[in-house]
Amino acid sequence: MKKTIGKPVLAVGPFHPLQEEIEFFQLTIDGEIVTDIDVRISYNHRGIEKISETLQYDQVPFLVSRICGICSASHPLAYVQAVEEMADITPPDRAMYIRTIINELERIHSHLLWVGLGGHFIGYDTVFMWAWKYREPVLELLEEITGNRNNYGNVKVGGCREDIKDEIIPRMLKELETVERKTDMLTNAILDDPVLHARLKGVGILTREDAIKCAVTGPTARGSGVDIDVRRDDPYAAYSDLDWKVIVQPEGDVFAKAVVRLLETFEAIKIIRQALNKLPGGPIAVEVKDIPAGEAVGHVEAPRGETFHYVRGDGGNTPVRHKVRAPSYVNVPSFAASCIGQSISDVTLTLASVDPCYSCTERIAVIDSDNKIVCDYNMLVKLSREKTQRIKEESGLEGITLKEE
Amino acid sequence: MSWNIWALKKSPWVFHVNTGACNNCDIEIVNCLTPKFDVERFGIKLVGSPRHADALLVTGAVTAQARPRLEEVYRQTPKPCVVFAIGACACDRGIFHNSYHVVGPVDKIIKAIDPDAIIAYVPGCPPKPEAIISGVVKALAVL
Ligand code: SF4
Repeated sequence: MKKTIGKPVLAVGPFHPLQEEIEFFQLTIDGEIVTDIDVRISYNHRGIEKISETLQYDQVPFLVSRICGICSASHPLAYVQAVEEMADITPPDRAMYIRTIINELERIHSHLLWVGLGGHFIGYDTVFMWAWKYREPVLELLEEITGNRNNYGNVKVGGCREDIKDEIIPRMLKELETVERKTDMLTNAILDDPVLHARLKGVGILTREDAIKCAVTGPTARGSGVDIDVRRDDPYAAYSDLDWKVIVQPEGDVFAKAVVRLLETFEAIKIIRQALNKLPGGPIAVEVKDIPAGEAVGHVEAPRGETFHYVRGDGGNTPVRHKVRAPSYVNVPSFAASCIGQSISDVTLTLASVDPCYSCTERIAVIDSDNKIVCDYNMLVKLSREKTQRIKEESGLEGITLKEE
Repeated sequence: MSWNIWALKKSPWVFHVNTGACNNCDIEIVNCLTPKFDVERFGIKLVGSPRHADALLVTGAVTAQARPRLEEVYRQTPKPCVVFAIGACACDRGIFHNSYHVVGPVDKIIKAIDPDAIIAYVPGCPPKPEAIISGVVKALAVL
């Protein structure tokens, strides 16, 4: 990404109510077309890898679950898998199933959250409200199992901390059915809507070649026809015992990514249902004595892609090196490939389609090739919404309709 | 009660500032807006500019790079402005207390530029939406 330093930048509206993290994008445009993009990060750098070296092995999962609030089951799991590999520990079967269930519940709430935000960006606030409403029961289930709505802290080296009690399984199955019905309704409404087809198809295309070149992971890769998924390629937890499929869409545009995420939600529900029915008995953790010197890696398919943890220990009770590579780190640079040549009204959506820990579209300042600030983030959302409106008017279609049955 | 505090309590408009949070506190704040909690019933509304805000909802442990931005946002708000430190991180840096890049907590930064600032704390990691709402209501009750 070429530097746009030297051109005047006005950071208007640094924080937006619906965007959370602090990141900064600078787009250079020529007329309506984006010609360059520059990204600045590290506003949110908290030195987690370094703090991790001051904590004991068993304390680190609580820290890494706070890397990102939405992936707060995937990060600890990847870390714990690395330590378990180092110390040669095999957790009991029941723990494996519980890990699978928690991770898939997380995937459901993360994908629904993304669908909601996507709706907001193109001016369908109804979709936003509905998707977030149906996400609530999932959070309640997580709270009931682990004691917290987010930041579950449920995995530990050697197993799990909290068990899934038999009493709540029937309730979980019932809630899952409701979530499935509602997601089905949302999916049909979105996939059948001609305005959305016109608005999302062919927008922000990340070709298969670019996807491989940028080494993107997760739904961003699978939406570009790259068939990768850690859950299948290097099975962990209980995924190899269960029947599910990897969703791949070849087109690479925003629509394909939305389809991948929506269909993955159904797969997640399917996985949880099977895991609940097959849930083996027995203990949920084994006792861990000490962690020998050594090094290992663990990786997990987080909702956004592969998260990767490397841990090295010297036989003491803290890691001496802990390296984290989160999925957005590889997904974000793909903006350069997918945004350049787009019109600015499509940019927010293209950036959001990667689900960059849903933060990345914040703090955008658009700079004209003549060094003039053209518009800020709010303006971009407005442009995006106007385009949807225009498509609606030109095609004479009504647009999305949601019905509660 | 001075007239401007009286006016502030009626329908507080809030502005959300993330200063290096893990996202969870932020999601819970956005959750407050969605149908289940729907704080707009009480006239609480998220606004897009600090210049319109009666209260700041600050999350995160304040990283070195976010600090000047937080100060700037606080300066831009009309006074009196209540600062809500949402979550363990904002209250006292939480799990990130010994990080080299964290310069918080929020109250220290805000008090440094305005010693009379009104600061309210909502602990939790993350606080539940109910806790955030009750924190806001309680703070407004004692003003
Ligand atoms: S208080 Fe907890 S949930 Fe909130 S930002 Fe800090 S670590 Fe995240």
